[in-house]
Amino acid sequence: MAKHHVTTTINGNPVEYLCETRQTLLEVLRDELDMTGTKEGCGTGDCGACSVTLDGRLVCSCLVLGVEAAGKAVGTIEGMAEGGGLHVLQRKFLEHAALQCGICTPGFLVAARSLLEANPDPSEEEVRYWLAGNLCRCTGYQKIIEAVLDAAREMREA
Amino acid sequence: MSDIRFETPATAEAAVALLAGATGTAKLLAGGTDLLIQMRGGMVEPALLVSVKNIAEMNMIATHAGEFRIGASMSCMALIENADFVAAWPGVIDAVKLIGSVQVKGRASVGGNVCNASPAADSVPALIAAGARAVIAGPDGRRELAVEQLGIGPGRNALARGEIVTSFILPRRPARSGDAYLRFTPRTEMDIAVVGVGVNITLDERGVCCAARVGLGAVAERALLVPEAAAALVGTAVDDAALARLAGAASAACRPIDDKRGTKAFRIKVAGVLARRAAEIAKQRALEAS
Repeated sequence: MAKHHVTTTINGNPVEYLCETRQTLLEVLRDELDMTGTKEGCGTGDCGACSVTLDGRLVCSCLVLGVEAAGKAVGTIEGMAEGGGLHVLQRKFLEHAALQCGICTPGFLVAARSLLEANPDPSEEEVRYWLAGNLCRCTGYQKIIEAVLDAAREMREA
Repeated sequence: MSDIRFETPATAEAAVALLAGATGTAKLLAGGTDLLIQMRGGMVEPALLVSVKNIAEMNMIATHAGEFRIGASMSCMALIENADFVAAWPGVIDAVKLIGSVQVKGRASVGGNVCNASPAADSVPALIAAGARAVIAGPDGRRELAVEQLGIGPGRNALARGEIVTSFILPRRPARSGDAYLRFTPRTEMDIAVVGVGVNITLDERGVCCAARVGLGAVAERALLVPEAAAALVGTAVDDAALARLAGAASAACRPIDDKRGTKAFRIKVAGVLARRAAEIAKQRALEAS
């Protein structure tokens, strides 16, 4: 069967690719488009490492088919840095040492950005609940939560 | 490995025709949060996937004369963000908020949660308590079915070949109505219910309960409507004595299994405790909703 010819938008840029029905958006990003910033953790929607936005909504790219991105806007970690500089969240993750091995980090950053777009002034509890779908086996979460709250503070004051 | 045919019909009738006319295994794709995992694990090998995301009525919420119609394929997050629905049915929202992470709820649908037919599905006891009806499109036209009749066993629903749930209808809310859903899990989030209880009540002008519905999840092969538990509340002020009878009736309706998440005896006891607590929240919400 012929592959699907998909036209979509990724991080604001028009993108075309070919994919099979069974390929997930995660597989398309990493294996077809060489956009390896999005990580595969579990592949079953439990860990959040593959978080991206689809038409602005936070999703696990392992639970979306590549063909479903047709006509939609995909946002990945590669679109996060602005110009030559890091996004505030990225900078705060470095300042707070909110990462160790780094596999979960792109997912946490994409999820945190999605939270702060919806709620610029979240409580610690709201941050913890929003990020409950992102697993980290290194940090124990505390530094991640502190980095997100600090980034939110700085973004509100900007 | 041959690839899977992928279709995106624009109407429920076209989706039904595709599903009913398929020769191999055909699967409806809504949020995909169950199906993609089943496909990845090799439990399902579809020859045809029918995405329903382009079917307008299945992806929108509408109100008419106080009645809500929820598209079966709309994402849980879209429902949670609908302020009118949240105000009208806080108990259904209690349940929908528990379905998974923000990421999962960004795709997962209430229709999928119901049709996947897990006895522990969180939205189902709340929808049963709400008196929700499923609108079903099929090869023979449309029909409606109460949500408590849709699940028939673990992973098995009452849909015939080619039938799909297009939406859920939640009835007009009388004044002084409130609902609530509580579940027990070993941790606060990202877990599967050991017991789930939905309670929906309406009070009269004097604060006496004049209508009630109680739904129980994870305590039988399917989610249950428990009329005996509801009857314990009707005609009372939802006081301690009524709540004790409610708890007893909820526990008595359980026919659970022992599994890694909880024992039979634990589930029976907790069903009563949660029914009582959910009724107290529902009562409070009914008093505030006057």
